[in-house]
Amino acid sequence: MASEKLYLYPIWIRIWHWMNAILFITLLVTGVSMQYSNPENPLLISFERSVELHNLCGILISLNYLLFIIGNLLTSNGKQYKMKTKGLLTRIFNQSVYYLFGMFKKQDAPYPISAENKFNPMQRFIYSTAMYVGFPIIIASGTAMLFPEIIIPQIFGFSGLLITAIVHVIIGFILSLFLFIHLYVCTIGSSISSNFKSMITGWH
Amino acid sequence: MNLSNFKHIILIVSFLCTVSLGFGQETNEKNQSGNDKNQKCLKCHGNHTFKYMNEDFGLEIKEAMCNNRFIDTIAFAQSNHGMFKCTDCHSPEYESFPHAGNLRMGLMYACNDCHGGDPEYAKFHFDEIEEAFYESMHYNRAPDAFNCWSCHNPHSYKTQASKGGKISETVTYDNNICLKCHADISQFELLTERENINILKTHDWLPNQELHFKNVRCIECHTQLNDSLLISHVVMPKENAIRECTKCHSENSRLMASLYKYKSMESRKSNGFINAVIINESYVIGANRNKYLNILSVIIFGLVLSGIFIHTLFRIFKRK
Repeated sequence: MASEKLYLYPIWIRIWHWMNAILFITLLVTGVSMQYSNPENPLLISFERSVELHNLCGILISLNYLLFIIGNLLTSNGKQYKMKTKGLLTRIFNQSVYYLFGMFKKQDAPYPISAENKFNPMQRFIYSTAMYVGFPIIIASGTAMLFPEIIIPQIFGFSGLLITAIVHVIIGFILSLFLFIHLYVCTIGSSISSNFKSMITGWH
Repeated sequence: MNLSNFKHIILIVSFLCTVSLGFGQETNEKNQSGNDKNQKCLKCHGNHTFKYMNEDFGLEIKEAMCNNRFIDTIAFAQSNHGMFKCTDCHSPEYESFPHAGNLRMGLMYACNDCHGGDPEYAKFHFDEIEEAFYESMHYNRAPDAFNCWSCHNPHSYKTQASKGGKISETVTYDNNICLKCHADISQFELLTERENINILKTHDWLPNQELHFKNVRCIECHTQLNDSLLISHVVMPKENAIRECTKCHSENSRLMASLYKYKSMESRKSNGFINAVIINESYVIGANRNKYLNILSVIIFGLVLSGIFIHTLFRIFKRK
């Protein structure tokens, strides 16, 4: 079974995924450049260029997110993000134990990849949270900051703009952590590059 | 009701009427004395129209008051100069009507004619303001025409509006001073030969232009910073105006030395925020950061990278 090739990633998912990757990395770099803007730091992109790029990529990633939502509604890919709450913690725990100990003892993965289960339980939980909780919040707060006049001026005595900005930055930070972990976990395959190749060819 | 009770009621009512009328009289007298001194001038200059008697023909003439001769009486009463008589600054000869034509040739007082060298006003730094003004491009482009009153209306000027209250009100107040000429060609052409003014077009490079115009004063980018003055008066030529975003959008935000200077001197409430006084009323990307969130994010990020590094090492050592 393990040697049998699976076609896991149809073309629309691959296009969406790589668009999302390019836009997200650009947003991350420009976001950090704005938040820590300093004319003397050559590692950062200039503030004005960052603003332009961040605004453009923010709009594009929101449109790309619509593609993801529509694709998931119209195809069976949406099922990959659904999970049963019963036994969820146990499944995540089992997968964690595998990553921390099992894989070093050459044990078999507790939840092997199949066409019905592209993600292991930990991936399923994290991807679902990122895509259905993190993304909507960061898109909503980003849209509000793009049109600050729609933000409520004061929320419980605090500036509405400040709260929106802090929410945007915190979710952006969490999603960027997700990106680093995601990139690393993708190197855990039959070879370091196999999962990356899968997202190019569609075949796992 | 018997006669005795009726007499008592009459007495009480009479007493109350006398007392209340007395108080009213006192208040009215105060207002009266305030208004009285300028009543003669404001009767015409406080209205958009005025009447006078053409005695040659026995006609009562009603005319429109020129806009730049009109005085907003309420704004004047509330202004820093509201306690003065008109003739404290203007020639007493104006008291006769029609005003003599040569009165117009007299030079107006400038701020330092009254405030210069006066220790009572030293805290306002009038002398330094005057020096800065002489360096400004406004003065240097039109030395004969430009004076204090070109920007500061002596009949409505309020110091408090510049340094107290809400920042948004200060921004509106101060920007209106600039826009009086820079958004009105009829005022603009009094001081320059240039015919085109379109500040929307000249600022089209500015992202979120409307937001900047509402929340930032023109002088933030168009004047030289001054350490001792609350508001710099060295208005620079447009070529020297600030165009670098990071002058404001950075930890060393210029706004802390200009728009928020007074607030930052008054209070430096922190709650972990860098440039905390700005976020009391607004939020400036790059200028507002929270040191606790910064430290937390570095720790979390460091832990994640360490975890990845350690896991990688295990993968390398357990490869066989």
